[in-house]
Amino acid sequence: MSSTDVMDRAAREMHLLDYRNGAELKQLPTRNGFGEGLIEAGNRNENVLAICADLAESTRMEGFKKAHPAQYLEIGVAEQMLVAMAGGLASTGKVPWIASYAMFNPGRSWEQVRTIMALNETNVKIAGAHAGVSVGPDGATHQAIEDIAIMRVIPHMMVVVPCDSVQTKKATLALSETFGPAYLRFAREKSPIVTTEETPFEIGKAQTFRDGDDVAIVACGILVANALIAADELAREGINCRVVNNHTVKPMDAPAITAAARECGAIVTVEEHQVHAGMGSRVAEILAESHPVPIEFVGVRDQFGQSGEPTELIEHYGMGTEAIKAAARRAFKRKVAG
Amino acid sequence: MQSLTPERRKELELKANDVRQGIIRSLLSAGSGHSAGSLDMADIFTALYGAVLRHDPARPDWPDRDRLLLSCGHIAPVRYAAMANFGYFPVEELLTLRKFGSRLQGHPERVKLPALESTSGPLGEGLAQGVGMALAAKLDQKDYRVYVITSDAEHQCGLHWEAMMTAGKFKLDNLTCIIDRNFIQIDGSTEDVMPLEPLAEKYRSFNWEVLECDGHDMASILDACERAKHTTGKPQVIVAKTIPGKGVSYMEGDYTWHGKPPNQQQADEALRELSAARERILAHV
Repeated sequence: MSSTDVMDRAAREMHLLDYRNGAELKQLPTRNGFGEGLIEAGNRNENVLAICADLAESTRMEGFKKAHPAQYLEIGVAEQMLVAMAGGLASTGKVPWIASYAMFNPGRSWEQVRTIMALNETNVKIAGAHAGVSVGPDGATHQAIEDIAIMRVIPHMMVVVPCDSVQTKKATLALSETFGPAYLRFAREKSPIVTTEETPFEIGKAQTFRDGDDVAIVACGILVANALIAADELAREGINCRVVNNHTVKPMDAPAITAAARECGAIVTVEEHQVHAGMGSRVAEILAESHPVPIEFVGVRDQFGQSGEPTELIEHYGMGTEAIKAAARRAFKRKVAG
Repeated sequence: MQSLTPERRKELELKANDVRQGIIRSLLSAGSGHSAGSLDMADIFTALYGAVLRHDPARPDWPDRDRLLLSCGHIAPVRYAAMANFGYFPVEELLTLRKFGSRLQGHPERVKLPALESTSGPLGEGLAQGVGMALAAKLDQKDYRVYVITSDAEHQCGLHWEAMMTAGKFKLDNLTCIIDRNFIQIDGSTEDVMPLEPLAEKYRSFNWEVLECDGHDMASILDACERAKHTTGKPQVIVAKTIPGKGVSYMEGDYTWHGKPPNQQQADEALRELSAARERILAHV
């Protein structure tokens, strides 16, 4: 499939850029998409507010601050306050987006998130910036790799992890217009852009980015690009992988996950997060109940991160394309062994 | 400043007595819950619902209503009893406190009963939400006020101080924090567990207007609320001196009543005492 000029049906339907054969893809940080989406959300609705805990530039709220100064609030380094105050604002019809590093919000503010945002069903949106080990040189204290786990267990909470900066913009707008508590997770480092303006996006709807029926690679966040590249290379070995962009961790698209398991017979999950209790764990929960198949988990394995360059860290913690390929081979072998 | 007529005073004191009886009945029915703090805030809740707040029990979603948040959610029985006595729901419903299927959860849940304004119980979080509501009023140029009831012990929580700082920064003069200064917490006296004094000075240094009142004297409570309302450019705190368990003599001042309900015999005794107090208020000219 990869040797032809025309991309597969799934990639065409999703209006993806051609990532095959080592194509050079343009790279931008997913946080840029958040910044653009937030400005647009503020244009569309004057009730959209942005509140930042002293990280306007690095979370990309800076643009909103300039575009909509009357809708922008600064409260300093106070993440619990960020959540609680936003809850109060939301009770009057505001749509507050609150931003810090994912490590601090929801990392530090979890109980406020549970009580004030979720139990109280308020329309507060968390922008979790600098998620994953790809934060790089800042080291383990600033690398949130447990945030999906602590957010996905909270009732009512939406958890969205878009795959590139173009999709992050769409996710920001979609969440701004969907009532309910939500967590949007994105990264610091630039990463390949695979989607286009035409690529559809709907919260809760997983997207097949590549056709295949030997193994399904279910990925989220910036590692979706690695999954696509791994799949392209595996095709040359004769393993045809489906790639699912599973951007909504909660509510997860259970029918799409079950269909992938039924049609491919083996699953690899890929996320820049602990394999324990993350996106892949939710996939496993769904399949254990609906259609059990061999699953291999790609992610951090019960370790903390460390300082280093983003790509170096992704490789070190076993989330590079070679690691994904190896996981797919293992899953395929287990499936064939039956 | 409005003066409190003797008739009005009598009316409010009778209402506070009803609220106290409601607290005792609901705690007895529940078999668990917090007695001391609930009883000691009966006068303040009565004053607020009866003479301070702009509210309409028939329209809990009225956009221009004043907001009343109970930050220390464990004293929910006093809020429920006050709400019932001011027409938010039938007084009989108080007997469902803490029971399966009830709107009157052990700690307040706004989704189940929207007039509560917030979901509370985890301490130190009410003022922060009140800051958000007061800020929204400023952004929307609305004139509603926000009142937040706090316990003294929850001033040991860091988030409360973040909220104090933020309220000062935004000069939220539409925000009033009322402290139930009864000096008790679960493990003993607040000043032994983790000293809070000088509390008033701490607020002043955070750019708050500090007011004080006797939390069991209607005139003193209303006077402090009136002065708070007329403060401009600053949030206000009212340090209300209260006696834990107020109105039930065997509970008064005893911190061991913080987190337990009366049994049948104790409740009977409390209700006899409150009924006698009611007769005295009626007889008073």
